[in-house]
Amino acid sequence: MLTKRIIPCLDIKDGRTVKGVNFVELRDAGDPVELAKIYSDEGADELVFLDITATVDKRKTLAELVTKVAKAINIPFTVGGGISTVEDVKILLNAGADKISINSAAVKNPDIINEMALEFGSQCIVVAIDTRNVDGIDFVHTHGGRKATILQTQAWAQEVCERGAGEILLTSMDHDGTKGGFANEITAEISSMLSIPVIASGGAGNMAHFKDVFTFGKADAALAASIFHFKEIPIPNLKSYLGGEDIAIRK
Amino acid sequence: MQVAVIKYNAGNVQSVLYALERLGAEAILTDDLEQISKADKVIFPGQGEASTAMRYLKEKQLDQLIPNLKQPFFGVCLGQQLLCEHSEENDTPCLGVFPVKVKKFVPENPMDFKVPHVGWNNLFDLKTPLLAGLNDESFVYYVHSYYCELSEYTIASTNYVLDFAGLMHRDNFYAMQAHPEKSGLVGERILRNFLSL
Repeated sequence: MLTKRIIPCLDIKDGRTVKGVNFVELRDAGDPVELAKIYSDEGADELVFLDITATVDKRKTLAELVTKVAKAINIPFTVGGGISTVEDVKILLNAGADKISINSAAVKNPDIINEMALEFGSQCIVVAIDTRNVDGIDFVHTHGGRKATILQTQAWAQEVCERGAGEILLTSMDHDGTKGGFANEITAEISSMLSIPVIASGGAGNMAHFKDVFTFGKADAALAASIFHFKEIPIPNLKSYLGGEDIAIRK
Repeated sequence: MQVAVIKYNAGNVQSVLYALERLGAEAILTDDLEQISKADKVIFPGQGEASTAMRYLKEKQLDQLIPNLKQPFFGVCLGQQLLCEHSEENDTPCLGVFPVKVKKFVPENPMDFKVPHVGWNNLFDLKTPLLAGLNDESFVYYVHSYYCELSEYTIASTNYVLDFAGLMHRDNFYAMQAHPEKSGLVGERILRNFLSL
């Protein structure tokens, strides 16, 4: 049976893990490779690395990091953050990333989704969508949720799917950081509408939130950062809880 | 022992090389017919589209070489599909090592099953030395829209939309639809079993 995926997300700056890492067993809390290895050993189904490095000249650091991660772990991982060209994607995939994720670049130039899917296959192109509800209507936001666009989230999700995205990473900016639960309603709406998997992100605070997003939210995967980094919810506990709640999960 | 990993226009070859490196195997990435013939083991990775891959294999005369190899041979993902007789993906005649057809997932209700089949799914009805040490709770990582039909050569099945061939075996040829290099400890065990055949 195809299982629901649990995906920890690591924020990377200048090749180092930033914010919210609290693992006692880590010798170097800033080493993404070491953290990735721990998550992989604990049963994470996949990992996402989000590069928040501001400057272009530091991008080389990211490719080097991707190679180190690929050599160290044996589960799939996605790399995102600042990717805008086919060349960017080629470098990261060749370095060993399994998938890349694009966000603002796709909004700015939607054709890039088609180009990337054609060149590398849909399976490695994840389109990240940051959504925020404004007066009852869901709008796509960019730049970490700060910049509103005129795109409606549902229509944009449909469009990126038709253009060849392999998966959608849907982050609710209204829920992100609240620990009040995932945005089940819009996640379910988009997941039911599309033939590609939807990864829900934003709002995880307890184990029941994961159960809810997999049932009510119809998500194929759930992503979270701080609750894993601070060990508020250890992955093995989360998986055994979900298994007990009859959610299909990889043991 | 030298392992040849067949080089062609398929993605994700690097991950296979890293996985072999983790297992301490000496691997070379090559499309040289002589090097491949002389290797102790051959791995045929894959990710991409069937007709483009077959065209490339023909250009390099690998389509003639592969079916005649005698050493243990392991086709992975698209590599499994290309070892079959025919793929529905762009109506492509393949290498014919397995008299098996490759079909596209067509769920009755598209909302019940998303295509591609992406994520971790379990193997069942496991057979042969390739799957030694594993059980029906063994999960492997899949990313595919086409599948190999069940046959007498199936050595492990997976269910998605229907039961399909997760792994296959005929003579010295082994094949796997999921990605062993991305399938955690289970994938590592399968690769290790292959290397010790």
